[in-house]
Amino acid sequence: MNNAARSDNYLLDGLRRLGSVALFLLPLLGQALPALARPDLVVKQIYNAGARSLIIVMLSGLFVGMVLALQGYDLLQRFGSEEALGSAAALGLLRELAPVVTALLFAGRAGTALTSEIGLMRATDQLTAMEIMAVDPLRYVAAPRFVGGVIAMPLLTAIFSLIGLYGAQLIGVQLMGVDKGAFWSQTQGTVVLHDVSEGMVKSIVFGVVCSLIAVHEGYHAEPTAEGVGLATTRTVVASSVLILLLDYVLTAAFL
Amino acid sequence: MHYAIGGRAIFAGLDLTVPRGRITAIMGPSGGGKTTLLKLITGQLFADRGSVRVFGQDVATLDRRALYALRQRLGLLFQSGALLTDMDVFDNVAFPVREHTDLPETLLRKLVLTKLQAVGLRGAAHLLPAELSGGMGRRVALARAIVLDPEVLMYDEPFVGLDPISLGVILRLIKQMNSALGITSIVVSHDVRELATIADESYLLLGGRIAAAGTPEQLRTSSSPAVQQFMTGNAEGPVAFNYPAPDYATQLLADGDE
Repeated sequence: MNNAARSDNYLLDGLRRLGSVALFLLPLLGQALPALARPDLVVKQIYNAGARSLIIVMLSGLFVGMVLALQGYDLLQRFGSEEALGSAAALGLLRELAPVVTALLFAGRAGTALTSEIGLMRATDQLTAMEIMAVDPLRYVAAPRFVGGVIAMPLLTAIFSLIGLYGAQLIGVQLMGVDKGAFWSQTQGTVVLHDVSEGMVKSIVFGVVCSLIAVHEGYHAEPTAEGVGLATTRTVVASSVLILLLDYVLTAAFL
Repeated sequence: MHYAIGGRAIFAGLDLTVPRGRITAIMGPSGGGKTTLLKLITGQLFADRGSVRVFGQDVATLDRRALYALRQRLGLLFQSGALLTDMDVFDNVAFPVREHTDLPETLLRKLVLTKLQAVGLRGAAHLLPAELSGGMGRRVALARAIVLDPEVLMYDEPFVGLDPISLGVILRLIKQMNSALGITSIVVSHDVRELATIADESYLLLGGRIAAAGTPEQLRTSSSPAVQQFMTGNAEGPVAFNYPAPDYATQLLADGDE
């Protein structure tokens, strides 16, 4: 096969997958409300996707905030405006870093877990068994996991922002000696609701995308060991690319 | 009824009736479409031509809701058991009840324990599926399949890989389910000897159609060479044992690269 034909195939394959994912969203949304009527199932999935990702999200948030403060301080002090460190860090975190980094972590931590779990349920006939027992696996398995992921993502993002800001304060104020009062008052003065909602909208969109891809890949995984492995890889790759791509689109829309 | 997968005909002109309240055995070589037949009955697959009628309803014409209502009257025992791995034995058996009824928890508990007792696993209620042996898993799956008292119970290869004791227990259970509860049973298997001890009727599927029908005794004494080959387990005979392949000598003598 020559290179042109091969890239053609990749393109077609990618488009087909994208279409399949998009089509999967409709029945999934259709089952989202019935799933919310089963809070026990959804809460369990919020725990699985959200609470279990807490440590990694908090740790990453702390270090991202600390790095942001180091770099920001170095940059700002060249212009003699170190006091602006608080607002720089807060805006960077709220609007950009928290939703994007949290989503990437979520895809790697929770997305892969979702895909391999559902894929293995498929491979071991558990989904078929549910269908035979007249229980719709889309409603019992897929929808609660999707809804759980969509709810967990903004919560994780908010926690990331909070810890990140604390990390920035830790480095900026305690280490670099920026005035504490100036740090917080600048932060308070610059950040407006629009900034917060930009981050929240992003995180909700990323939550939908990541959960949708993870559930779709697991649900349609080839029922073999290799198939589940491939599906898990696809979840990470597709989620990561789409997160960064959509981040650009959303940022452009919000500015 | 006709059905083909990827152009390969699995069933060509199959016509089969399962009488109510009896044990019907469906025998045939591996890959002969026995499991496919069960999928057609439960409406996971639909016939290309012809129809599959369950309780007088054509499965292919049912909408989703009607199909799910139909499935509630059916039970299927998977070869692998297909237990839900994230819950224990008790919750597995309770699963269909919780999903389909509003039974209070105390009553549910009694119901589930009764069914577990029937398969001899009341003491294993707290175990997780991963802690069960294959035979135990299948018995739990059986308890789950009967918990809502289905009218028809289908067994997909229930005897595979069981030790003699588990085998005897499963055989007795199938018989009991039928005689005590009047459940119509369809047992799909290639274990001729085991089936002969419990089946009222049996069908032998060969090449997508019924090669023989009757009581197991009638099948055993059949004069058809194909039926005889299957009943006695001979590799040589009218039933092809080898998967279709190019000529043996030609393939071995050909140059390595294809």
